[in-house]
Amino acid sequence: MTTAVRTSAQWSETGEIDALTFDVSGETFALDASIVREILDLLPETIVPGARPFVGALVNFRGRIIPLADMRFAFGMARTEPTIDSRIIVVEIEFAGAPCLVGLRADKVNEVRTLARDASEPPPRVGMTWRAELVDCLIKHGDAVIIFPDLQALFDASRGKPDAEIIRYPKT
Amino acid sequence: MSTIDPIDIFRIEAGELLEQVEQGLLDLEQRLDDREQIDAVFRGLHTLKGSGAMFGFDALAAFTHHCETAFDHVRKGHVPATLELVAAVLAARDHMRALVEHPNGDYARQEVALLDQLHAAIDIGARQISPPAQTETVAPLEDAGAPARHWRIRFALPPNSLLNGVNPLTFLDDLRELGACEIQVDASAVPPLDQLDPTALHLRWTVFLEADVCRSEIEDVFLFVMDDMTLEIDDMRGPASAEPPSATDAPPALVTPTEATTPEAKSATEANGVRARRAVESVRVPADRLDELMDRVGELVIAQSRLSQIAAAVANEELRAVSEEIENLSSELRATMMVLRMVPVGTLFERFRRLARDLQHETGKQIELVTEGESTEMDKTVIERLADPLVHIVRNSADHGLETPDERVAAGKPEVGRITLAARQSGGEVIISVSDDGRGINCERVRAKAEANGLVAPGQVLSEKEALQMIFQPGFSTAAQVTNLSGRGVGMDVVKKTIESLRGAIDVESWPGEGAEIALRIPLTLAIIDGLLVRVGAGRYVIPLAAVEECLELAPEQEARSRGRSLLSLRGSLVPFLRLREIFQTGSPPDPHQKVVVISTGAERVGLVVDQIIGDHQTVIKSMSKLHEDVETFSGATILGDGGVALILDIVNLVAAGQDQEARLRAIA
Repeated sequence: MTTAVRTSAQWSETGEIDALTFDVSGETFALDASIVREILDLLPETIVPGARPFVGALVNFRGRIIPLADMRFAFGMARTEPTIDSRIIVVEIEFAGAPCLVGLRADKVNEVRTLARDASEPPPRVGMTWRAELVDCLIKHGDAVIIFPDLQALFDASRGKPDAEIIRYPKT
Repeated sequence: MSTIDPIDIFRIEAGELLEQVEQGLLDLEQRLDDREQIDAVFRGLHTLKGSGAMFGFDALAAFTHHCETAFDHVRKGHVPATLELVAAVLAARDHMRALVEHPNGDYARQEVALLDQLHAAIDIGARQISPPAQTETVAPLEDAGAPARHWRIRFALPPNSLLNGVNPLTFLDDLRELGACEIQVDASAVPPLDQLDPTALHLRWTVFLEADVCRSEIEDVFLFVMDDMTLEIDDMRGPASAEPPSATDAPPALVTPTEATTPEAKSATEANGVRARRAVESVRVPADRLDELMDRVGELVIAQSRLSQIAAAVANEELRAVSEEIENLSSELRATMMVLRMVPVGTLFERFRRLARDLQHETGKQIELVTEGESTEMDKTVIERLADPLVHIVRNSADHGLETPDERVAAGKPEVGRITLAARQSGGEVIISVSDDGRGINCERVRAKAEANGLVAPGQVLSEKEALQMIFQPGFSTAAQVTNLSGRGVGMDVVKKTIESLRGAIDVESWPGEGAEIALRIPLTLAIIDGLLVRVGAGRYVIPLAAVEECLELAPEQEARSRGRSLLSLRGSLVPFLRLREIFQTGSPPDPHQKVVVISTGAERVGLVVDQIIGDHQTVIKSMSKLHEDVETFSGATILGDGGVALILDIVNLVAAGQDQEARLRAIA
């Protein structure tokens, strides 16, 4: 846990990154594999009344109580029912200067892939329904586009401001 | 496991040494001829200098050296201990603390001033002593002026002394300097070669000394190791019966060690060591390791309650027996764990002696600090956080509460004002009170000030208790002008915040003309509380049991009637209530029989409407993630027996949130 916590794409010298890819509401996301601590089956969730929807619940991660974040709230995506493939990805991020464990809800966890920087593009200014600062880059992988979110920005942006400013609620 | 930086260890040790030196100096100030304290201060300074140099704190070592030299003079009787010297060394001590914490600062000018003060103090002392009216010599009467005496000195050092850098030969050399010596070594405790630990010291010595010295001069040789060693000094001239009976009276000859004698000799050494005031063995443990252990114990308690649930469901006698045994063990473990974190508040109170002394100088008032109940124990982290608020309260007492000596005499009180710091345990709380016998808190003035600051409306009826609580409002100060003492750092509102963050409360009482008392009521520990587990919608919540006054059912007619007003009548008085279902927006239909938990926030009583009261629950508090810091209605979370998570309600913030929500609803309507 002494290594620096990296929450955006950190390309190696050869211009590659090992990333864990996962699906949320039909989109594929990627995370720097080095910040992933564990992948869990869904756990009983405890709603935190009054918390931002993005981190609106808690789970008991083997005796530690960690927040459960839901990307769908940050990217304004439709809610999906949990399936047999649903997982919680436990990542370690840095928040307010201290390392912090957070669970991320995923519809499906794919695999760890090596992604190349050559295939990446900065988030376009138009043509994307998501706020550009929440996306680190887009990576073309075959026909698909993988979204590499900037987790630091996601968690920082949603801090301490009225929800409506930052987060689109999913249209239910 | 990360290793601990030796520099940090030195800092901790230096902190303790400095504290010890300070306490010694303060005691010395009361009794200037107390040799024991002079020695203690000297020893503390000496050790600080030595270990400071060892860890590269050269500035500290160099500076401490001056003070040590000064005390060496005092110890040898060259100069007497004077109030000026104590004051100078106290000031120097504060500087040493700065040197420990920031060894690289630029202190040149400060040091010159401090050393000037020190030397001036020594000069004053030297002048006092200059007429040959030599103060009484160190030597006890029995030793006075006898020519060449015969001493038998037997000593054994602790086995680990070589590792600590003690060289036994230096003691022998020092003894030789005192006079003619005949030295015998007792090697009977040396184990056989295959069991020999080359770093351990197994030898003991017997020295026959023929010299014109007194007992304390011999003891001085061992000054720095005396605490841990065994030392017997016998005057051989005296009657044989004067020799203390000793179990370790092994012949001081070279004995071939055998399997049989070794353990015996060893245990004898140990027994002797115990006698040499090794009363309490203690281990220094970093606090975060204790916290970690506390976490694990908390998890064990949770896992255990799951186990007992399963055991109750499965009809298996053996499983049930094991489960019960584990239940007993884990509750014992928890009790032990709680005790581990407890330290006596005396450690906190000690710091206030110095404060009282400084306050006396700053205010010109005469202050006597009395402490009571030092042995009351509290959670270490709580004690640390209480230090600043208490300093502020004591300062306030000295500054605003106590009168000047003239005023006191005029009021028929003793000239010396008294501030009492007292601690006692009462149920699950520790009450720490600061009381003084000063003029008391002037309710009228508090009120006037509160009105002037717009804290209360003019003409608003305030009980005396409410008025006194006004002193904790932000921006409140009755002092006409900010003196050197108050208005430095925290205000009373910060005191209140700190106490509330510890889930404590503050009581103020005042007796005009006779004094005032501020009592802090603090829960024993922060880690585990008694809670009432309730269900609201699908979520489970813990209400701190200390806040709960009673539970009752919400009568259907009250339920129906309370659309416009949420009030229920409780034995004649009206109590407002909040529907947690609405605050938490559960969005599920309410249970048919709603329950009300009546809680007290200190100032008011509020009913909380819940769907179900599950029962009392030993709550192991886990703090909320940083990502949830903005959710103020909860002070933490806990893990339940079934592995689920329950949130712990922060009563004060919850009631405030309920008021806000009602205000919003009114605005919409």
